[in-house]
Amino acid sequence: MADILLEGRDLKKYYPVTKGILQRTVGWVRAVDGVSFTIERGKTLSLVGESGAGKTTVAKQILLLEQLTSGTILFEGKDVYKFTKSQLKTEYRPRVQSVQQNPWSSMNPRMRVRDIVAEPLVVNTKHSKEQIQSRVQELLKQVGLAPNHTDYYPHEFSGGQRQRIAVARALALNPSLVVLDEPVSALDVSIRAQIMNLLKDLQEQYNLSYLVIAHNLATVRFMSHSVAIMYLGQIVEYGEAEEVFSQPLHPYTRALMSASILKLPEDEDQKITPIILSGEMPSPLNPPPGCRFHTRCAEAIDICSKEEPELRVIGKHQVRCHIYDDASVQSALSSGLHPGTEGRPQQP
Amino acid sequence: MSDVILQVEDLHTSFFTRAGEVKAVDGISFYVNEGETFGLVGESACGKTVTGLSILRLLPEPAGRIVGGKIILDGTNLMELSKKEMRGIRGKKISMILQDPMTSLNPVYTVGDQIAESVRLHQGLPDDMVELEVISALRLLGIPAPESRLHDYPFQMSGGMRQRVVGSIAMSCRPRLLIADEPTTALDATIQAQYLALFKDIQKQTDVAIIFITHDFGVVANICQRVAVMYAGKIMETAATSTIFKAPKHPYTVALINSVPRLDQKDDRLYSIEGQPPSLLNLPPGCRFAPRCPDAQDICHNQQPPEVEVGDGHTVSCWKVK
Repeated sequence: MADILLEGRDLKKYYPVTKGILQRTVGWVRAVDGVSFTIERGKTLSLVGESGAGKTTVAKQILLLEQLTSGTILFEGKDVYKFTKSQLKTEYRPRVQSVQQNPWSSMNPRMRVRDIVAEPLVVNTKHSKEQIQSRVQELLKQVGLAPNHTDYYPHEFSGGQRQRIAVARALALNPSLVVLDEPVSALDVSIRAQIMNLLKDLQEQYNLSYLVIAHNLATVRFMSHSVAIMYLGQIVEYGEAEEVFSQPLHPYTRALMSASILKLPEDEDQKITPIILSGEMPSPLNPPPGCRFHTRCAEAIDICSKEEPELRVIGKHQVRCHIYDDASVQSALSSGLHPGTEGRPQQP
Repeated sequence: MSDVILQVEDLHTSFFTRAGEVKAVDGISFYVNEGETFGLVGESACGKTVTGLSILRLLPEPAGRIVGGKIILDGTNLMELSKKEMRGIRGKKISMILQDPMTSLNPVYTVGDQIAESVRLHQGLPDDMVELEVISALRLLGIPAPESRLHDYPFQMSGGMRQRVVGSIAMSCRPRLLIADEPTTALDATIQAQYLALFKDIQKQTDVAIIFITHDFGVVANICQRVAVMYAGKIMETAATSTIFKAPKHPYTVALINSVPRLDQKDDRLYSIEGQPPSLLNLPPGCRFAPRCPDAQDICHNQQPPEVEVGDGHTVSCWKVK
């Protein structure tokens, strides 16, 4: 049995849209609409999607920075919303830490590195000054910074080094789960590889769990054990990373993969036909009826605009799509056949 | 052999700051053929955007100046033109698309007005003709219902649509050369794919040459025919796109390509380049990449490598390649 650290069940976040001087609610923005997932101890789950998919809102819900509209967050089997304030302070918040996307705005420019990294320790522990000092040194060493860096200010560092400082701060309290919100997207290519390798090493060393929020699929494949593809507030495909990447089933996942795969000009005549989606993601204020993706989907059939598909196990992972309703498709998939793209309508 | 539309020879651009001279672009040469897409790839601060701005002579003077070199467009050296003559070139013969569509449009004018501005300036058409030109520019960039969208303000459009409007402004006078500075970086993956496909289509229709400035090798593979890889103000390697990916010669190119995670294979560990790019205020005397290069020899640290041609249109600046 898998060792589950954190579980989200049917998470929802609706933001009210108000109007007039009475601020009457006239509608709801369904930023997150029924998202369920599990994060295993020592493993990485990635939430992937474009802007507006709701991935950051899910991360904020886990960090308790956003209230749930409904749903349950279970941490080591216990409902986080039933924790008392003091329990949250000792048993939840120190163990769930985060690294933000932009290392230029996630640190106070007037604090020295030693104070930035020490802050979680000062707030949450009763360590002496000397203990804190030595812990800070230890943390900086772990993330590959020099001991004399403690006296510097954030502006004296490059982007990659700042992201290392942010990682050191997140690790200060020995967390079990670190939420990484686009941890490398603000960094240069050659620096990205350094940080991704560092995060992987730290995970192995401390048996950390990661929740990675990302839009770059290649980054996700490198980092993740399991992956959830989100579209307009819902998970459209969810499973083991290797399964999803080797056999993407949802048309949206396939379009995303086709958009991010490295493809040389002369490969053009080969079988990978680029899938170019028409249009843009609809507004979450007024999601289309039926499947939320059907307005852009090349494979949409009649039922797609009428009935909302459920997230179901197809093959070896979960997919939210009507084109797999057919029993014959399902049996072909579970016997391990690759569905490929042939035989289905292709985008011109 | 197709005709060369733009030739840049030994371009030097520096910024003069209180701390000293920052050599942002330090002697680069390249050419762009008619109707081709030429990629300038590199990490932040390697000088790729400054190169683009130098070609248009849009540097923030007096701090930034072109110190030397030639920029030859269609036989004319742009360096010798007066400010007024240069205004006739910008937007008409060379135009530019900037990275962020949220900041490159004026929020208080309709998009139609903003496209009309350059049409009026360069073509001197009567008002009703201007509107037709604006509509055709919007249509070229694949904006649905251009007749009504031209009355919209930028805030009424999504990021992808705004970037198409920016493209319409750039293409409105049918320039010979388009400098696209990271035009897709601020866009989502599927929208980025749309935009790149659109560019290929526009190029087929108008035969415009494009300098595509980017840090993303995926985009390079998708759209460029030839590429120059820049590092700390210098071009390290120039070659056809397929050569860059299949037979890169410069250690920096090799390292950069290896450090990009691949979607089609599972890596356990990424190749990473140790250290960071050098400060442009205090450049190493030899090869710029020598301090981070795994193959660096003594000569690399002391003397700058010459540019060597190793194959058809494939040039490399490295002591290892002789």
